[in-house]
Amino acid sequence: MIQNLVDGVLVGSVLSLGAVGLTMVMHMLRFANFSHAELLSIGAYSALVFDALFSAMMPPLTAAIGPLSMTWALALSVVFSLVITGLSALLIDRLVFKRVREKGSELSMVFASFGVAMIIRNVVGLIFGLGTHLYSKDIVFAVVLSRDPLLLVKPDQVFTLVAALLIMLIMHFVLSRTTLGYSLRAVAENPTLAQVNGIRLSHMIALVWLVGGGLAAVAGIFYGLSNQISPMIGRDLVLPIFAATIVGGIGSIYGAVLGGFIVGISASLALAILPSGYSPSMPFLIILAVLLIRPNGLFGEEQT
Amino acid sequence: MIGLLSYAVFFTTVASILAIAVLGLNLQWGNTGLFNGGVVAFFGAGAYGTLILGSAAQPDQFGGFNLFYPAALIGGMVVAGLLAWVVGILTLRLRHDYLAIATFGIAVTFENIMRNAEWLSGGAKGIRGFEQPLRDAFGGGLAYNAAFLAFVVAALIAVYQFLQHLVSSPFGRLLRAIREDEGAARSLGKAPSRVRLTAFITGSVIMGLSGGLYATFYAFVSPQDVLPTLTFQIWAMLIVGGAGNNRGAVLGAFLIWGAWTASGWSLSRFAPIEAQLYTGSIQYILIGSVIVGMLLWRPQGLFPERLVVSQSGKPGATKKQGV
Amino acid sequence: MVDIALTANNVVAGYVPDLPILKDVSMQARREAVTVIIGPNGAGKSTLIKAIAGLLPVSAGTITHGDRDITHMRPDLLTGQGISYVPQMDNIFRTLTIRQNLDLALRKVGRDAPARLDDLYARFPVLADKRNDKAGALSGGQRQFLAVAMALATAPKLILMDEPSAGLSPKAAQEVLECARGLTDQGVTILLVEQNVNQALRMADHCYILAEGCNQVDGSAADMLNDPIVGEIYLGAKRMRAS
Ligand SMILES: Nc1ncnc2c1ncn2[C@@H]1O[C@H](COP(=O)(O)OP(=O)(O)OP(=O)(O)O)[C@@H](O)[C@H]1O
Ligand SMILES: [Mg+2]
Repeated sequence: MIQNLVDGVLVGSVLSLGAVGLTMVMHMLRFANFSHAELLSIGAYSALVFDALFSAMMPPLTAAIGPLSMTWALALSVVFSLVITGLSALLIDRLVFKRVREKGSELSMVFASFGVAMIIRNVVGLIFGLGTHLYSKDIVFAVVLSRDPLLLVKPDQVFTLVAALLIMLIMHFVLSRTTLGYSLRAVAENPTLAQVNGIRLSHMIALVWLVGGGLAAVAGIFYGLSNQISPMIGRDLVLPIFAATIVGGIGSIYGAVLGGFIVGISASLALAILPSGYSPSMPFLIILAVLLIRPNGLFGEEQT
Repeated sequence: MIGLLSYAVFFTTVASILAIAVLGLNLQWGNTGLFNGGVVAFFGAGAYGTLILGSAAQPDQFGGFNLFYPAALIGGMVVAGLLAWVVGILTLRLRHDYLAIATFGIAVTFENIMRNAEWLSGGAKGIRGFEQPLRDAFGGGLAYNAAFLAFVVAALIAVYQFLQHLVSSPFGRLLRAIREDEGAARSLGKAPSRVRLTAFITGSVIMGLSGGLYATFYAFVSPQDVLPTLTFQIWAMLIVGGAGNNRGAVLGAFLIWGAWTASGWSLSRFAPIEAQLYTGSIQYILIGSVIVGMLLWRPQGLFPERLVVSQSGKPGATKKQGV
Repeated sequence: MVDIALTANNVVAGYVPDLPILKDVSMQARREAVTVIIGPNGAGKSTLIKAIAGLLPVSAGTITHGDRDITHMRPDLLTGQGISYVPQMDNIFRTLTIRQNLDLALRKVGRDAPARLDDLYARFPVLADKRNDKAGALSGGQRQFLAVAMALATAPKLILMDEPSAGLSPKAAQEVLECARGLTDQGVTILLVEQNVNQALRMADHCYILAEGCNQVDGSAADMLNDPIVGEIYLGAKRMRAS
């Protein structure tokens, strides 16, 4: 049970990172982006490529960092992957979403995002194969936190959690202390008013894609660290990430953070009762529960 | 020659069954602007519902009601309608994204439950239903398949006529009014969420019919038949055909199903052996590109809606934000 | 001509293509004066202001600010041109605090920002008292003051105000209008849309009446106030509606 809780917290940190980006996009561009989870996949795979590249070019970098399975090469790759994924998100917007948006149909954007998700997922599959990959083949042993009840934690998992929380803290400071953060929130609340206050909408949209893509990359890599990397990352995470945004309330960044943890933890806890085969159903049940009890989520505004 | 003919019968049967589902989606998306991200759940509800209700009792297996075939088929449609009611009542009052996400979620969950709940659905190995109805009367074989095709086509025509009638009725005008401008519809004194719910359930029941026919045709259904891919295919059919236009929806179904089968066939035939594993991926990329490409370059589809209400002819093209 | 701050010439504009709301509107706003636009609901007053602010596509006609053509300018460049716009509704960011709203408006001011902020707090003491509250928690009148303060942050030469007194008590309305009037002494030009016709005409210099997307009448505010025919046709209904 406690093991489930610990696992849930870790899954939660990945979902939170994914959901923060998704909720910003959903709120600002007003469409459910079904291709967001594919950005996690892009992030995970680009880190894989960079990792291999750096390891080959600079063998000393293949040393693991402390007790982690993460190497210096991979740590460096995170930075590159973050940039690549952010730029990919921006590029996809330019190529597809922006054009659909300019035709004036919000609903068509949802369609387009499904098509984009299909394309990305299968292109990734074509390039990297349908099998799974790992960042490191070394087996890192879990640390036994307690024997009764048995509680195991891998150093990577602790690192993931700390890093995710740190990133969210930085996000929090940017949003609550800087005019850049105010601008983002302003555009999300009232794009027209933001514009007449001198904020350039297209720049803010680009920024949201970059940030959303960057966070997704980190989420994807963290997911890859504790699980495996496969082209199905997007397929498997799209619903839990959506659930996290709905739990938090669409548009609420803090809600998305909390929502990610709630979905991660409750899905893991539920598996203590339900057979594990049912885990893909958990996000939907959580969505149903939220819609029944509090349709606008924990922090969502009333939507009409 | 017989081989070709029986393949043509087979192809037309499947395409017609899918066309029924596309018509259901057209009512939801094309006419009402409702985004159904989980067509396959309602299709699957009809398929599983029909088989569970219509088959004879089997050990360790829920169901075995052995209902008279038409009753089983209608029962499947009712199951699909109930599912739609649950999702609709919870989401149709909210921002449109919620419906998209919830329907997508229900499709994932439906497949997941069908795969796991062995007592209910036979799990991954699927459920063997009943012998195709009236099979013995036709002596099986091509004659039976042709008769079944006639039945499916009759169902398709019935659904088509029903929807044509519906969209030209006052209710149809109301749907389009809601699609174009919710505020205007509300000022007509109609509660948009009620009207949308009706349209959503009706469309889902039609998808249930399609699923029921599909399961009858194969006398079998398994989780492999309710993968999200089917949702994409049905959408592609609608978008290519032209949302809002029933004739386009049917033509789109035949066109995309033809393209899908042809691409699968030619990939398996001509692609190098190492690439065979990726046939699916390539097909998905193709269908994804069809969806995106149509939205970018021909959003009105190949056969656009003729009843032009909006200036643009695009479904759900509300200019207002945050509706 | 130097004393004309803003000119609109035969402007045609609307929200969707081929459906112009403004059919043909021309007007001028004199520098350091208050020009008021009145007219029945749906006349296109807000639409005109939005077209000037660059929020709507202008399909014909020109808009000039000083000697600059601003007809198709992006709305985010407005403040850079010395123009501020106070929308009719939703004119503050409810989810931000008052301080954050002002910081946002002062974003591009640079080194003067702290002094400017103190200035605004001095001018609107209510805002100073509540600086750390969410702007959504302000009363209607306080919100208008915040909106005006945000407009002033960039030290504009021209302020476009859309019904700043709407929904306010007569006293609060009077205060907002007086505040606007007072700005003209500091070299600011005001273009104002108003429903409180009597109050507006008393403090304005010049007045345009708009109906169905076209100019109807214009003249000095004082003349308008005393013109019985104008009063009967355009203002009578308003007075009754307002009461
Ligand atoms: N966002 C919009 N989209 C489409 N049409 C609009 C929009 N906003 C206003 N209109 C239409 O434009 C016309 C003029 O509206 P406008 O807001 O300019 O009126 P107004 O003179 O400001 O009225 P009021 O005194 O009520 O504020 C109205 O017929 C209105 O229906
Ligand atoms: Mg107005």
